Amino acid sequence: MATDVSTLHHAPAKQRRGWLEWITTVDHKKIGIMYAVTAFLFFVIGGLEALLIRLQLGTPQNALLTPEAYNQVFTMHGTTMVFMAIMPINAGFMNYFVPLMIGAGDMAYPRMNAMSYWLLLFGGIVMYSSFVFGGGAPDAGWFAYAPLTSTTYSVTRGMDYWVLGLQLLGVSSLAGSVNIIVTIIRLRAPGMRFNRMPLFVWMSFVTSFLLIFALPSITVGITLLFFDRNFGTNFFLPAAGGDPLLWQHLFWFFGHPEVYIMILPAFGVVSEMLPVFSRKPIFGYEFVAYSGVAIGVLGFTVWAHHMFATNLGVIADTFFAAASMLISVPTGVKIFNWLATLWRGELRFKTPMLFSLGFIAMFVIGGISGVSLAAAPFDLQVTDSYFVVAHFHYVLFGGAVFALFGAAYYWFPKITGKMMSERIGKWHFWILLLGFNLTFFPQHMLGLQGMPRRVWTYQQNQGWDFYNLLSTIGSFCIAFATLVFIVNFIISLRKGAPAGNDPWDAATLEWATTSPPPAHNFDVEYIVHSRRPLWDNKYSGEGRGMTINYDFHPHLPPPSYAPIIFSFGLFVLAYGMLNLASAPLIGIPIILVALAIAFVGMNRWVGEIAQDPVL
Amino acid sequence: MAQAVVRDIDKNDPGRGLDLRKLGMWTFLGSEVFFFGALVVTHLSMRGVVAPSSSKANLDVTGVRNLFGDNVLTSILAFILLTSSLTMVLALDGVKTNNQKRFRFWLGATIACGVIFLGGQVYEFYHIVHEGVTIKNMMFGSTFFFVTGFHGTHVAVGVVWLVSLLVSAIRHPERYNAGNYMAVELGGLYWHFVDLVWVLIFTVIYLI
Repeated sequence: MATDVSTLHHAPAKQRRGWLEWITTVDHKKIGIMYAVTAFLFFVIGGLEALLIRLQLGTPQNALLTPEAYNQVFTMHGTTMVFMAIMPINAGFMNYFVPLMIGAGDMAYPRMNAMSYWLLLFGGIVMYSSFVFGGGAPDAGWFAYAPLTSTTYSVTRGMDYWVLGLQLLGVSSLAGSVNIIVTIIRLRAPGMRFNRMPLFVWMSFVTSFLLIFALPSITVGITLLFFDRNFGTNFFLPAAGGDPLLWQHLFWFFGHPEVYIMILPAFGVVSEMLPVFSRKPIFGYEFVAYSGVAIGVLGFTVWAHHMFATNLGVIADTFFAAASMLISVPTGVKIFNWLATLWRGELRFKTPMLFSLGFIAMFVIGGISGVSLAAAPFDLQVTDSYFVVAHFHYVLFGGAVFALFGAAYYWFPKITGKMMSERIGKWHFWILLLGFNLTFFPQHMLGLQGMPRRVWTYQQNQGWDFYNLLSTIGSFCIAFATLVFIVNFIISLRKGAPAGNDPWDAATLEWATTSPPPAHNFDVEYIVHSRRPLWDNKYSGEGRGMTINYDFHPHLPPPSYAPIIFSFGLFVLAYGMLNLASAPLIGIPIILVALAIAFVGMNRWVGEIAQDPVL
Repeated sequence: MAQAVVRDIDKNDPGRGLDLRKLGMWTFLGSEVFFFGALVVTHLSMRGVVAPSSSKANLDVTGVRNLFGDNVLTSILAFILLTSSLTMVLALDGVKTNNQKRFRFWLGATIACGVIFLGGQVYEFYHIVHEGVTIKNMMFGSTFFFVTGFHGTHVAVGVVWLVSLLVSAIRHPERYNAGNYMAVELGGLYWHFVDLVWVLIFTVIYLI
């Protein structure tokens, strides 16, 4: 269909070649790819850190890592996986597919979109440069509880790098979320009403709102922390009247919505894949969409369930326990909708389907341990134990990572024009499923037997040796599975079978264009008449799902250096801030240079807007 | 025909008709509400703490508050900042009615109000530090400087923004006009927001 008219209109955009094409791009698809590749690299780095953790804990009284190194490794593992792997992989898929799924030509603000990506990369570099320049990496955990973060207990500059890295990542996420929200409200194809949007778009929409409302809280928290560490304030230092619980409230008011920020996009992709591979429309579209909204709203009322052990009082504990359990209702609604989608479907067990089913099973296990943790008395028994580690790995790895691997298999053909190998993909899935359960299931037992988390080693003969060894063996299975995925990726990229426009016979608009899509996404404008435009056109009659407006002139902004220059300015600014208190004579000149670079970028940016009024 | 269909659909789908940039600005301001919310909550929860090691340990909240006098200076500053919202509205009205002179005059007046406010704030900071309350030595000082400092930074960003609008309007006399005033309106939205936040901060820090 789309190919018939591909000769009609082509947006003439001057493109740069080679690597310049990538650093100047404002194309949401290229930016999405850069997001995903960068995030995957961080996923591998975070995974290697996890292997170090598991090697250290594999045997009792092991001395592979020093306690200091262990603290740095587990802090960076958590920080990397949350902020630099799962969040940006989600952002990458949103970037690539939200515009395509709603029939738009690009994101609302293409240049700001590029900025979001560069700030992700630079934020990650700031964080990891602490290994080299900071005298050691951050070492107070990804949750950074006070007073562990004080200069008394965290003596390297690591936590300062952590703060500034997170600030850049925060700006990146905030800009990215504003972009997604505006894109969805404003750039939907004609007829693509809210109640016709694909569920991945719905979940991206909810996630973006969660981000813009949750991020400010951690931004304030880490800024207070930076002042404590650098400018002599005592916000979180009890000895001087500060309050460590203030940090916990600020952190978890962000941190709990963050959990949904990571999992809702996964819910979205699974809600796309299950119908396609069950050959049935999603069961209860409205319920799947609105339960996502309900989870988002409730997600802001449960943060103190991370703080049951801090003696908030019975009333507060009861409220937060009840609110947390309430979330299992909309979550359960989704799970039953997915199961009902499978019911009497014509199931096709392709790799994305396997990952979707694995996701449901693993997520349910994590959900059940989650509901039990919501009960304050039970939580008090297992808090800070490996039971909690097992729980959140089941929801974030068994949940989010499984769904995202599924999404990679599902959308790889659209992005590259080639199919991924099904045979290797199935190996990948089964090894991962085995390795994942081998790693994390024994941790339930370890936790119930009292093994605390965040310890660098333990005495033997406490009944922990066997389960720890199993867990370590499992972690190497996960690493091997990831290697299988990388091999599959490379082989398929080189020799994969051609995908065609719509290899899965799917229902949503991204499959209406070529694989990979042209720079302007669609040659024509689709006027949408149903939730499943491609299926309804094919199976209910031409024109039932969508019709075509040929009088359509896609407009793309030209490539731009402004986003990377501006982001680079903020990147340099971070190093200036790092030296501001300790060495002002170095810090202040760096800040001035940084502001000059940012100004050059901003000036260019404003000039380009004057030429072409898209941000 | 397809065009007519699209026009019909747009009539029933208000989202597709919204201005792209304004929508982004509102979304961003939604986030800012939570940012200042977190700042104010921090202040409210910490202001009463008298640090054991503080050199001004004998100075409680009331004692520090007495440093503000009867809030005369701050009230005048608040009045000036709120007035600047009115002048901003007049500036936008000027550009919407294609009256370039009126536009520039009121934009300049808005900038002047902002600068006076910032000057007053610097004076106040200086005064309080001189009385011995710093960001380091007592919790009220820490949260006071933190919250008002962040608000002041927002005002400063707003002033830079409005100055760049004014410079651009002078260098390209017809750039902003009745058909193209979104850049001015966006700056105005941000400016009104910063003013509005001051109402909250003024109440929480100085009045209650």
